[in-house]
Amino acid sequence: MTVITAEHLLTRVRDLLAAHPPADTDRADFLRARFDAGLAWVHYPEGLGGLGAPRSLQSVVDTELEAAGAPDNDPRRIGIGLGMAAPTILAYGTEEQKQRFLRPLWLGEEVWCQLFSEPGAGSDLAALGTRAVREGGSGDWIVDGQKVWTSSAHTARWAILIARTDPALPKHQGITYFLCDMHAPGVEVRPLRQITGEAEFNEVFLTGVRVPDAQRLGAVGEGWAVARTTLMNERVSIGGMRIPREGGMIAPAAAAWRERPELRTHALHQRLLELWVEAEVARLTGERLRQQLVAGQPGPEGSGMKLTFARLNQEISGLEVELLGEEGLLYDDWTMRRPEGVDFTGREAGYRYLRAKGNSIEGGTSEILLNIVAERVLGLPPEPRDDKDLAWKDLNR
Amino acid sequence: MTTAAAPTDLLYSGTEEELRSAVRALLTDRCDAKSVLDRAETGRPHDPALWHTLAAGIGTAGLLVPEKLGGQGASHREAAVVLEELGRAVAPVPYLTSAVLATEILLGCDTAEAAPLLRELASGSTVCIPAVPLTLAPGAPLPAPVRDHGGGVLTGTVTSVADAVAADVLLVLADTGLYAVPAASARLTPRVPLDLTRPLATVTLEAAEGTLLADAGTARAAVAGALLSGAGLLASEQLGLAEWCLTETVGHVRGRHQFNRPVGSFQALKHRLARLWLDVASARAAARAAADALATAAPDAPLTVAVAQAYCSGVAVRAAEECVQLHGGIGMTWEHPAHLYLKRAKADALALGTAGHHRGLVADFVELPAP
Repeated sequence: MTVITAEHLLTRVRDLLAAHPPADTDRADFLRARFDAGLAWVHYPEGLGGLGAPRSLQSVVDTELEAAGAPDNDPRRIGIGLGMAAPTILAYGTEEQKQRFLRPLWLGEEVWCQLFSEPGAGSDLAALGTRAVREGGSGDWIVDGQKVWTSSAHTARWAILIARTDPALPKHQGITYFLCDMHAPGVEVRPLRQITGEAEFNEVFLTGVRVPDAQRLGAVGEGWAVARTTLMNERVSIGGMRIPREGGMIAPAAAAWRERPELRTHALHQRLLELWVEAEVARLTGERLRQQLVAGQPGPEGSGMKLTFARLNQEISGLEVELLGEEGLLYDDWTMRRPEGVDFTGREAGYRYLRAKGNSIEGGTSEILLNIVAERVLGLPPEPRDDKDLAWKDLNR
Repeated sequence: MTTAAAPTDLLYSGTEEELRSAVRALLTDRCDAKSVLDRAETGRPHDPALWHTLAAGIGTAGLLVPEKLGGQGASHREAAVVLEELGRAVAPVPYLTSAVLATEILLGCDTAEAAPLLRELASGSTVCIPAVPLTLAPGAPLPAPVRDHGGGVLTGTVTSVADAVAADVLLVLADTGLYAVPAASARLTPRVPLDLTRPLATVTLEAAEGTLLADAGTARAAVAGALLSGAGLLASEQLGLAEWCLTETVGHVRGRHQFNRPVGSFQALKHRLARLWLDVASARAAARAAADALATAAPDAPLTVAVAQAYCSGVAVRAAEECVQLHGGIGMTWEHPAHLYLKRAKADALALGTAGHHRGLVADFVELPAP
């Protein structure tokens, strides 16, 4: 196998741009051509949107295409598909599943959502109770249960789903992973209104939903291992945002300080400076982590990044509300909206303050992540657990 | 000033506990979280029927008013207990604004013109709201946005007036004195509040006619005194709010199972809640000290109030933030009342002076100057 280099990729990008000049090409046509040229995600195999190149070379392609004004595939809108479903399908899917799902996923023609969390199984995800029972004649699975915190469920065409297929086994063993058709009969999506007034998320009710066995991902009862692949990719994508100096939440707070001298007090000054320094250090830690990854020396810092950003986002946005004085008493809009993604900069300080409260809950609570740091990074012994070997049906819930 | 503290009673008396029981029973029946949220969503959060029972039925509106003016002749200590319970319920009633701030302004004026209005306030038949921004702090310069064109014809705009939409009468601090203005003759522009349970409006006066209650010097001293009382008593609202958050959260983590056991059995959560309990216990001491200092007109009342505000604001916000966090996903929803408490706690942290402002006052009072 030839080793793909940056020069090789640049040649391919220029060939693509020459054959499909962005200015004269339909967006969807351009994206299809890009996928078929192996420039969608270069580390994926040939024929699946990639070239088997090192993952770190993706930025070469992205930078060149952006400079040429090429359209992108709106990665924010399809973040769950790109960040979670795709790597899991790539790792565990059959050849048919990869051919069927990866191309429309990357093109954004099919939006994905994630049917993992349940009302009774959030941090303790493996305790999930949604059942999938195999039908004798057809071999199809019949799924019943309720999921929650499902972003994009109302726009999604497909879902990654984990369900319990053997309640007599310990909780990690009786789980199977499926690809679920969100248009199948028995799938009901209801908006879940949040503290901010909007509804980013949904509750999803599954009642007698039929899932063909061909949509199972991985072996029966092996779903927890498959789900771990998804979850590791989720935390990478949450902690992996690159921000400039004084980017993120500190930006509007610092701007308000500079533009509104009448709001300044000594007490706020001290707190603002502390948080500015902490935000800058967090940015540098993230940057160092990225450099370590590129150099092939992944460090444990990643486990802490989400914790750090959750705390900082909350403290900075809380400070910003106070800094604004009388205006801090106001809110921009309580209308129930259905945003496509979280936009911290498009709304006002009160929104940032309330939405940031979710940062320490979503994608693993800060308490769970601290446990992970303590146990996996520091090597501290785990708290005693009696749930690992008990049959799921015998657990206290 | 000397820092020798006046003798202080930080406990609750039997009478205060009886008052608490009466208020809590009423709020349990008539002010559950769901009805508060339902009201807040209509954009008219106040509950006039609840207010009537609380103010007139139980007689809490007149606690600070002497008996000779038709009040209860009680003190800030009793009013503080009422505010603890109102905070615990995030109750949408204009108690802090009408029964505390407006009442204290009128008492501070001590004029024949103010007396009839005080009688109405004490009976709970009239809601009177001071037309000042909720963020106005004791010890800060008083703004004078309203001009008297002569004979009490008033023009001006005041922003962020809490509970103005519930007012029958507005107390307006103009350049020539304090005026009572019928709310109907002012233009009220409601704003969208962070705290859904305490609405805000911009009050605009366009040649509105007011009745003079006190001259400018008297009025400004009365408003300054009322801000001090209001800030001191707000600490009790913050205490009640924090206590609800702690109790509710402890109840939740005792019942919620993850990893085959109650999440409250995890040491990480136990320690957090234990720390919060210590903070709430400290907040209670600070809030009681402020109420007692105001009730006894202690010489160090301004310092005690500043200490209470500098401390209790932060505890209330942190308690509400912990409540959201430790409820997990449930705490982030609109359906669970935790958000109402967080919004009230955060708005309370700005009301009547931020913790930072009050720390600045502490620095002045105890002569620990900035560099």
